[in-house]
Amino acid sequence: MRAFWQPHRVGLLAIALALALWAAFSMRWGWIPRYAPLAVEGLWRTIWLLALSVLIGFSLAVPLGLAQAAGPFWLAAPARWFCTLIRGTPLLLQVWLIYYGLGSLFPQFPWIRQSDLWPILRQAWPYALLALSLSYAGYEGEVMRGAFKSVPRGQLEAGRAFGFSRFATFRRIWFPQALARALPTLGGETVLQLKATPLVATITVIDIYAVASRVRQDTFIIYEPLLLLAVIYMAVAGLIALAFRMAERRFVRGLG
Amino acid sequence: MIESLFDLWPGLRASANLLALEPPGWGGNLLRGAANSLIIALGAFALGLMIGIGGALGKLGGGPVTRDLLAVYTTVVRAVPELILILLLYYAGTDILNQLLALLGQRPVEISGLAAGIGVLGVVQGAYATEVLRGAIQAVPKGQIDAARAYGMTPVQVFRRVTAPAMLPLALPGLSNLWLIATKDTALLAIVGFSELTLETRQAAGSTRAYFTFFLAAGVIYLLMTLVSGRVFGWLEARYRRGQAGARA
Repeated sequence: MRAFWQPHRVGLLAIALALALWAAFSMRWGWIPRYAPLAVEGLWRTIWLLALSVLIGFSLAVPLGLAQAAGPFWLAAPARWFCTLIRGTPLLLQVWLIYYGLGSLFPQFPWIRQSDLWPILRQAWPYALLALSLSYAGYEGEVMRGAFKSVPRGQLEAGRAFGFSRFATFRRIWFPQALARALPTLGGETVLQLKATPLVATITVIDIYAVASRVRQDTFIIYEPLLLLAVIYMAVAGLIALAFRMAERRFVRGLG
Repeated sequence: MIESLFDLWPGLRASANLLALEPPGWGGNLLRGAANSLIIALGAFALGLMIGIGGALGKLGGGPVTRDLLAVYTTVVRAVPELILILLLYYAGTDILNQLLALLGQRPVEISGLAAGIGVLGVVQGAYATEVLRGAIQAVPKGQIDAARAYGMTPVQVFRRVTAPAMLPLALPGLSNLWLIATKDTALLAIVGFSELTLETRQAAGSTRAYFTFFLAAGVIYLLMTLVSGRVFGWLEARYRRGQAGARA
């Protein structure tokens, strides 16, 4: 902690504080109370979209990585193609393809329109969630491939020699070690995923970014909502980084 | 050959007509958009590389204030969504430029989408490039740089003759990743209304209602860009790794 408080840092912090105070007092923040409820709703939507897409995406990424690392050719090739496809095209294009493409395809089938799922499929968020999940799966499938491959073979053989079944070897030896190796990368990728969520605003999902855009359109105030938005995203990114660091400390114990 | 394919799958002929290069088809628009995307990506990557070299040298050899300011720059850019940075830098850049022009007694100008796109994405790329290049420079054995200094080379010569060639093979994988991010980030400029590939695609798809045709076609174009540049970077890496200890092929 001593190393942090060098003389020049105190000066820089004072300048930063002065800038923050100037921003707080001389910029226009009067719109905040009126939009606060909407903003909280938007932030909540951003966070659950992020959490769900990371969860779904990761559970797809494990088989994708496993297929590429150890699967037979007919499983490895499609998995590799999927990852290349997702990583080779912009997420915005994927979001629009899924929303406009599937969204225009589904209504043509009467049995979809009459099904109980239709009220959900008419909204935008399922498409946003699908696009974000597939994107995370594509990127993390590649990460998990490397992680699975980096676990020494001898460990797996030792597990087999102890009489573990194939699934038990995977669950108790292979997966935990791969996860421990992948965690630092996954933390960075999850922050990238957070940074990708504002794209869903382009397909009418009202996340925190969409709320800020609305403030800009309603009030013609440009900088204040964007700056506040940047601060909010930085805070969430910091929390994600912190959470992953804690998870790392827990998981990486005992890994040489 | 193609005719028999059309007979097998009637929808294909309609798609082919929609994608034709001549005006009733939208293929020309898509290719123009792709060219714009490519120009912006190239410009942003080059600008990012320059910022990155400056940033990396500043982080490694600069004074304490420079180092802290660069740390703030890289941290902020890597934590805030590109979309927000694009909007902020676009508005702020236009404002500052016009106020400067007003001070000089000039009339305000409208910044071209191309210049703004390159500038904004370049600043974003610069933050990532700073980190990539800093890591690569740090991995160059200290003795090589000391030896170059001992020969009496100036700092510029040391960088040009020793540091840069030695760090390049180490930086290339990271830089190749950055280039892929640059090509894909150009799509974000669609949201601020610059007519690059993604926006052209959306307009074509919106006015013909053939969403799958156009979005898939654009996907193929993006994929071609990334696959080809993957090959190019692979070749570059193999080339610059020649003569390195432990290098293969």
